Amino acid sequence: MAQANSAGDKDTPAPSPVAPKIGTRLRSGIEIPTVVTADMAPDRSDDRPGEYPFTRGIFDTGYTGRLWTIRQYSGFGTAEETNERYRFLLDGGQTGLSVALDLPTQIGYDPVHPMARSEVGKVGVSLFSLAEAEILFDGIDLSAISTSFTINGTAAIIYAMYLAAADKKGVPRENLTGTIQNDILKEYVARGTWIFPVKPSMRLIADSIVYSVEQSPRFNPISIAGAHVRDAGATAVEEVAYTLANGLAYIDELKKRGSDINRFVQRLSFFFYVHMDMFEEASKFRAARRLWAKLLRERYGIEDKKTLRFRFGVVCGGSSLTAGQPYNNIVRVGIENVAAVLGGAQSIFTCAYDEAFQIPTEFSAEIALRTQQIVAYESGVARTVDPLGGSHFVEWLTDKMEQEIVGVMDEIDDYGGVVKAIEDGFLQARIAGRARERKQATDDQERVVVGENFFTRKDQKPDYGEVFKVDPKAADSIMRKYEELKQRRDDDAVKVSLRRLQQAAAGDSDNIMPYLVDCCHAYATVGEMVATLKEEWGEFQEPVRF
Amino acid sequence: MPLKNKRILIAKPGLDGHDVGAKIIALALRDAGADVIYTGLRKSPDYIARVAVEEDVHCVGLSVLSGSHIELLKQTLAELKDADAEDMQVFVGGTIPPDDRDTLIQLGASAVFTAEMKIDDVVQTIVDSLEDQS
Repeated sequence: MAQANSAGDKDTPAPSPVAPKIGTRLRSGIEIPTVVTADMAPDRSDDRPGEYPFTRGIFDTGYTGRLWTIRQYSGFGTAEETNERYRFLLDGGQTGLSVALDLPTQIGYDPVHPMARSEVGKVGVSLFSLAEAEILFDGIDLSAISTSFTINGTAAIIYAMYLAAADKKGVPRENLTGTIQNDILKEYVARGTWIFPVKPSMRLIADSIVYSVEQSPRFNPISIAGAHVRDAGATAVEEVAYTLANGLAYIDELKKRGSDINRFVQRLSFFFYVHMDMFEEASKFRAARRLWAKLLRERYGIEDKKTLRFRFGVVCGGSSLTAGQPYNNIVRVGIENVAAVLGGAQSIFTCAYDEAFQIPTEFSAEIALRTQQIVAYESGVARTVDPLGGSHFVEWLTDKMEQEIVGVMDEIDDYGGVVKAIEDGFLQARIAGRARERKQATDDQERVVVGENFFTRKDQKPDYGEVFKVDPKAADSIMRKYEELKQRRDDDAVKVSLRRLQQAAAGDSDNIMPYLVDCCHAYATVGEMVATLKEEWGEFQEPVRF
Repeated sequence: MPLKNKRILIAKPGLDGHDVGAKIIALALRDAGADVIYTGLRKSPDYIARVAVEEDVHCVGLSVLSGSHIELLKQTLAELKDADAEDMQVFVGGTIPPDDRDTLIQLGASAVFTAEMKIDDVVQTIVDSLEDQS
């Protein structure tokens, strides 16, 4: 055992008296010149915010027209506890909710399932049925607040549950605003909450988009996310390339239905990480915005300005945060927040400084929220649209990143498309390799992480500050509520609704969504709905490659 | 090749989908000469113990980032015991709060690894632990 503990002593690198060099190379491989002069930069003097190709922003009024949505990811334990945290954040000036769900809800197991028991209420709130959603949104006006759900494998079910919750509260569906992540392709690559094989998963996504456009036209039925791939190890260039490739795959799926894609493409939104390289991040968003508009025009002939607008949310923090000297993370998140604003994000989530190792405390969550308010109202960066526009360096870097992104997208096309690259495990192995490179670069001090591999204290021990613990009784309480629901609900109604769901899933002509909404209204559980769909569709077989 | 002829199972118990840490370590152990088996996501402790025995591995690495590390280590150790493999060394890696590291060691983990540790140190700790055993 003495041997075993020795690893704990090795985790503090020796202090480095020598200051590191300022690197000239971005992780994505782009070499940054010391000076970018006018003759090196493209002439973008005709670019206007709100005009194609939207490099400078999707609206000419920028943030003066409407500030970004401040949307902090939050949720843990029981619906009651999370409801309390939401009211705390809303009272503090937060403008949108972002629901963190526990893993059983994300993967479609009821709390009592043997695989679920140890995970109930851990990394998010348990929403095993509509009954819990009713508690979660108690006292919160769903027509006044936008709600975002980080949900993928069971996204269609959670969306159905949200509609049912609104129905119960008497809120018209067309008033609902918010987002479900609903991006299954990247789950196979990075985040891991897949359930069904790719084909039925794509059907479920197309069904939910089509249904949402009809039923809740102000709601975003998908947020195509590069964030998780990035945080797992991909470079900024790869993050955008994989995400746009996934976006095109979803459009192709919608097109198969022969529908007018303009209406659907308008509802697509995106989600990215912001890490520490400020100009790389700002340029990344400028490049992504321009490239997406071009792709839609070239590939699908879309001309409608509203449809060509690339709307995206971001998260600041993640794997750029450290567990050692965690208060440094407040500064990191502040810089990333500025980069997100310079890049023109529509919604921003700033991680709390302790988010690298635990669910934030109220104290750390408040600092993260205040960071955004300081950037928004004190720093002045929100006053003018695209303040970096016309900078020789930023225009040069934006072009460079766009070229590199196109290069990676071509590579995926050459491989046979993004779906094949995922089914084969090609992308998964690529990300794992990148993750290793990044970690090795940190270990070897090629990448500077202040307080972790440079500028550490000799006696540095992990300092985690105040520790947040999920109430250990939360899981018991959730199990009890689950058993009570089973007693209380109308079993016949549940059976009928599940049988009809199964019939719809067996065929391929019906939209699955209304059946899911009926199941939710009958208080069928998430686990029951997923089990029913698994009977028809089976499960994804993970290609294990590393 | 310090881990030549060693067979190591890297496993993801529970529902957590964060597999970057597991894969980084799997790649590093493979580079160090080990024959590495990676289970893929969402495996039950029962399944992990069964694979460990059937594949006759020298040690098991559990990767958990969801906060369920204590329960999942307990269950895996119990399953290994049931399979008459209670001598099998088990390492735990993931998002492990400081207070829980000692708890995991007391429960029987051979070592606990977290993200800020160097890959080389993680590999070396495994090399040393396996040498002690043999």
